[in-house]
Parts: sequence; C-alpha cells; structure tokens
Amino acid sequence: MTALLSAAGVAKHYGRTPALTGVDIDVAEGEIVAVTGPSGCGKSTLLHCLAGILRADAGTVTYRDQDLGLWSEKSRSRLRRTDFGVLFQFGQLVPELTAAENVALPLLLAGSGRREARADAQQWLERFGVDHVAEARPGAMSGGQQQRCAVARAMVTQPRVLFADEPTGALDALAGEQVLGELVRAARDQDTAVVLVTHDARVAAYADREVALRDGANDPSGLGVGS
Amino acid sequence: MSTSFVLLGLLATGPRHGYELKRAHDDRLPRAKPLAFGQVYATLGRLERDGLVEKSGQDREGGPDRTSFAITEAGRTSLDEWLSAVETPAPFVTSTLFSKVMVSLLASGVDRARAYLTAQRSAHADRLRELTATKTAADSPFGDVVAADFAIAHLDADLRWLQTTLQRVADMDREKRP
Repeated sequence: MTALLSAAGVAKHYGRTPALTGVDIDVAEGEIVAVTGPSGCGKSTLLHCLAGILRADAGTVTYRDQDLGLWSEKSRSRLRRTDFGVLFQFGQLVPELTAAENVALPLLLAGSGRREARADAQQWLERFGVDHVAEARPGAMSGGQQQRCAVARAMVTQPRVLFADEPTGALDALAGEQVLGELVRAARDQDTAVVLVTHDARVAAYADREVALRDGANDPSGLGVGS
Repeated sequence: MSTSFVLLGLLATGPRHGYELKRAHDDRLPRAKPLAFGQVYATLGRLERDGLVEKSGQDREGGPDRTSFAITEAGRTSLDEWLSAVETPAPFVTSTLFSKVMVSLLASGVDRARAYLTAQRSAHADRLRELTATKTAADSPFGDVVAADFAIAHLDADLRWLQTTLQRVADMDREKRP
C-alpha cells in the first residue's frame, strides 16, 4: 500500500507543553482512517499538522511523496484550497453568507467563475439534501442543516483528503449519524481519503481502520490509558 | 417469556396461522434467533390454554389444513400489561464481560486484565464497524437498521465501561506507588 499522506515521528509543542511526541500514521488513497483517543491526546493537533495548518517541530508529513515541512506557507495554503478539505465541529459557515454562497466560497477562492461555482454549490447542496435552504443564512438553519452545508462546502472542491475534526459532535445522535453516513458515502464515491478525528467509538466505526493516540503518541492498545 | 408476547403482538394486527407467524417473526426481528416451528405451535398451545388466543378458522391451499389463530380480549389486556411494564435494569451487570474483568483484576493482576481488555476492545471495535456497515448499506431493511442500532448502543456502552475501568485501575496503581 502506498500512502497518499503520511506522518513519521511527528512532534509538536505549544510553548513547553508537548502536544505530540512522535506520531506515525499512513493514509492511502480513498481510505477512511479514524484518529481516536481521549481528550488532550493530541488528535486535533495531529490533524492540523497533517493538513499543513500547523508545521511540525520534528518528524515529517508527506503528501504524494513531498515533504510538506519544506513547503512555504503560501504553497501549503494553496494545497489546502485544491487538494484538502477541512470540516470542524461547528461554527465554520460564514454567518453573513447564504448556504449557497458558503458552499461556493472555496471554488471562488480557487479561481472558479461565479456562475460555475454557484452551479456546483447547488449540486452539492442537493446531494446533501439541503438545497431548500440554499438562500438561507446559517442563523436561520438547524444544526443538522448547517453541518450538511459545511460538509458540502468541504467536498465541493472534490478534495483528495478530507480532514474532519469531530464533525458531528454538536448534533444529536440520529442527525449526526445521517450526516456522517452521507459524508462517508460521498467520500467513497469521490475516492476522497478521510482523516476522521473523534473520541466516539460509534463515529470511528464508520472508518476503515483506527489509529489510536495517547499522550501525544501512538497507542497500539487503543485503550487510551497508560500502564 | 417474550416469545409469547411477540406472537401476541403479531396477532394483534390480525389472525394468522403458525407458518405466517414464524415468517412475520423472522422478518420483523431479523437479529433474533429464528423461531422453530415446534416453538411456534407450543407457544400457541399455551396461549390458547390460557385464553389469550383462540382458533379463528381453517384453510387449505393445496396443502395440509392450517389453523388460524386470533388474539382474544384477555390476550390484548395481557399484551398491553407487558408493553407497559418497565424491565428491571439489573441483568446487564451479570454479563460475562463484567465477570471476566472483575475476575482477571482480582485473580490475575492488572497486566493480565489489560491484555484481556485490549483484545476485547479490538473485538468490540471490529463488530461495531460491521454493524455500522450493515446499517449504512443503502438497501438495509428497517428491522436490520433498528437491530444494529440496539447492538451498537450496547457495544458502545461496554467500550466506555472498559475504558473507564482501565482508567480507574491506572489511577489506583499510581496512588499505590511511592
């Protein structure tokens, strides 16, 4: 298996506090990998390092055989617009824009024409069953509708890797499950790899496999507890 | 015995004969153990003896005679009582999983318990993944989805308990150290 994206010995400190002390992870093309572990284990920091949002202090993050640590901030930022999609727990839609404008935004930033971006956005809103709120602003939408729009926005550029950090953490069980099911189906259709950060075993069960962390390092037992 | 009440529940929607009851049971409760014909007829016999069902007709469609059964008023009352009665929450703590963890902690020590818990967690996680795949498949029947939800909720509860137990053991260990 050739990895599309991988981290080797990645370490990251916030000031003197270690967040990651040497994590290894490989993600293949189209693979869905859950990163799990208790609060504070470093899952979100790992996601930020993999997505090129944070630069690791040590170790390497490789995407398509290229060491992202050697890239400029500008190049990494471009990569995030073209190849990566990012999805957080909540609060990621721009409140002043309508659902359709929110979903079209990444395409406009990547240089698409307005009309084309709008048409693509509409298609993705339909795909996630929220085309009826295309003209609504986030404040007028339910939590589930907002999160579906956020998924549509993360997928609209057809990224090669989607980074999702507790993507359904703010939703009730059934709404969360529906959003997650649709997200996974869309990712499989597009052959998009997903790095799914979660503390919830039920969410991790949507992935092909699991990489567990504890205290900033890999935890082969998956128990999240030290000896 | 819940099979009696499941059969009463199926009869509450209209009279059926034994074969139809078995089929309806296996369709509606796909994750339950399939009912044996013998069990269907034995249960119907008991229900009839107790006045909860009665024979409502016979038909023969190119095969042997088949007797249909219908629920009686007493049967509806009994079903209603069963559906209203809250189940005692106790039996979960008598599970083998619980016993095994307790015994391994008592008799074999923390390392052994940890090894067992690691293997058990992995098995639970694999099963969760299978059930989730069943549930999210586009053509899953409603009964399968609801049954998978039930199993997932219980496995998830087990997993969280396993994790909490490990955490407690680790804390206890730390306090003991000088």
